[in-house]
Amino acid sequence: MAAADEQTSQMALGGRAWHEVVLQTLKRNDIRLVPYVPDRVLTTLIKDIHADPFFTTFPTAREEEAVGIVSGAWMGGLRGAVLMQTSGFATLANVLASLAIPYQIPLIMFVSERGTLGEFNYGQSLVCRTMRPVLDSLAMEHHTATRLDEFEFIVDRSIKQALTTQAPVALILSPLLTGGKVFDK
Amino acid sequence: MSKQEGTPARNTKVMNRFDLTSRLVAKLKNEEAVIGGIGNTNFDLWAAGHRPQNFYMLGSMGLAFPIALGVALAQPKRRVFALEGDGSLLMQLGCLSTIATLKPKNLSMIVMDNGIYQITGAQPTPAAAVSDLIAVAIGCGLTNSAWAADEEDFERLVDQSLTASEPMLIGVRIDDKPGTGTTRRDPVQIRERFMLGLGVREAL
Repeated sequence: MAAADEQTSQMALGGRAWHEVVLQTLKRNDIRLVPYVPDRVLTTLIKDIHADPFFTTFPTAREEEAVGIVSGAWMGGLRGAVLMQTSGFATLANVLASLAIPYQIPLIMFVSERGTLGEFNYGQSLVCRTMRPVLDSLAMEHHTATRLDEFEFIVDRSIKQALTTQAPVALILSPLLTGGKVFDK
Repeated sequence: MSKQEGTPARNTKVMNRFDLTSRLVAKLKNEEAVIGGIGNTNFDLWAAGHRPQNFYMLGSMGLAFPIALGVALAQPKRRVFALEGDGSLLMQLGCLSTIATLKPKNLSMIVMDNGIYQITGAQPTPAAAVSDLIAVAIGCGLTNSAWAADEEDFERLVDQSLTASEPMLIGVRIDDKPGTGTTRRDPVQIRERFMLGLGVREAL
């Protein structure tokens, strides 16, 4: 089934697409800085964030670079969030363990989940299996969003919790929510 | 040392990190932020005299410039300096392109280049004998970047960068001496004091 069909059925349920929920929830929480390493699933979200002058958004060469940028920005009084895909998250163990967590920085990450529910690249499915063990080994807050009806609650509450507890959070966007990336795309 | 002999001829004096860091800090009169990269780079920043606007990294090698970029974007009226070692910069060369694209007016970067990983036993970096980091920065689009010929030239470049309208990387060749002090490894205090220094927080 094409991802667009799933998207349509989800929109019929909730009225808004998942990426509209992300954009609006970032805005409501005054998160203005959004560096990212792109992912196919994030295309519409990235395009819409670029089109909205509320946001400062740009690509970075590596995910940890984006983590450094939002960490510095938060210390300077500007809130940010990073967008990436699963394989990008796999490059972050060092920066999480040596910057975000020990310095108590509310790093907010949206991770588009590759590697499961119809993955066609074996390497992606293997790297996906490292993500939750890394998050759990650092006792990091993380949620996997699968349903549009719960999504705004998860995103909004997780952002607020990260900011108030000064702890990082990873919001994993499951193919059940986004439609994922499929071989015929 | 062997690196300096093997490096393509460059009209640049071999200087000292602590001396240069002290010269930089002496010029900071407007609560400029300074981000110190890991290891000797921030040990010498610490030894040059703690300032509330200093941030010291205790890991995340290579992220001094990205962290400084974030501070510069958050506080466009404040000048932000980032100090990084050559080995650290090699870990994150891509950030030079990001910075060149965004062109923050208030970001100045300095790379301390001794061609070695001094702190791990002075092993040469892969760039040591062959790469010119300032040429890399210029190629990435930071076209005002320059090597400092000597201490006086370094001070001139710092003065120039204080009023520059686009970011630049200042390269300094340094000797193989270790850092002068040791940063107190208390990340929460470092971060909180930095935020106080930037006026983002009030003390409890």
